[in-house]
Amino acid sequence: MNAVTTISLVMLSAGALLTTVRLVLGPSLADRVVATDLLLTLLTCGAGVLAFRTGQGTYLGAMVVVAILGFLGTSMVARFIERRGA
Amino acid sequence: MNAGQVLASALVLLGSALALVAGIGVVRLPDVFARMHAATKPATLGLLLVCIGAAVSDAGLSDVAKLTLVVVLQFLTAPVGAHMVGRAAYHAGGLLDPGTVLDELSAAEQGRET
Repeated sequence: MNAVTTISLVMLSAGALLTTVRLVLGPSLADRVVATDLLLTLLTCGAGVLAFRTGQGTYLGAMVVVAILGFLGTSMVARFIERRGA
Repeated sequence: MNAGQVLASALVLLGSALALVAGIGVVRLPDVFARMHAATKPATLGLLLVCIGAAVSDAGLSDVAKLTLVVVLQFLTAPVGAHMVGRAAYHAGGLLDPGTVLDELSAAEQGRET
């Protein structure tokens, strides 16, 4: 069970690392928004895996908050791009 | 380890693998629209699988309710957010990959203006 969650967390970390590469490389603002949104989704997945590993419900509230905040940030920057260009 | 734990472990592993696929796709694909495709679909399905796995293991009713809320929120907001970013990026212009073979939105918008 611990081995399974460790492998899961390693895969999530690798995915987050690749996403960070895209976040740094860009090239446009829209690419960076997409990468940031994906990073938050991966963070939610990671909190879920940790909740599964430890059996604690504390992580679940954080998952809800991150899911809401990710959408807020993405839609705000999308409005910004619409007005100012990528 | 009973059957429920095996099922939950398999779901969590599969969900994490999908998240890794999303990361690979975001780096490898050619333009922002293709990357958005990689960033939303596999990551959302991965989150669904991880949440089902965590709910199957040994969660109470309030835990299952929170996990359901996370999944519902993600399934509602991911398409809307991707739609907004895609629309803004398309109208900003110049972001389509040169290898794009079909741009139906451009033809539709020109038809409306003329």
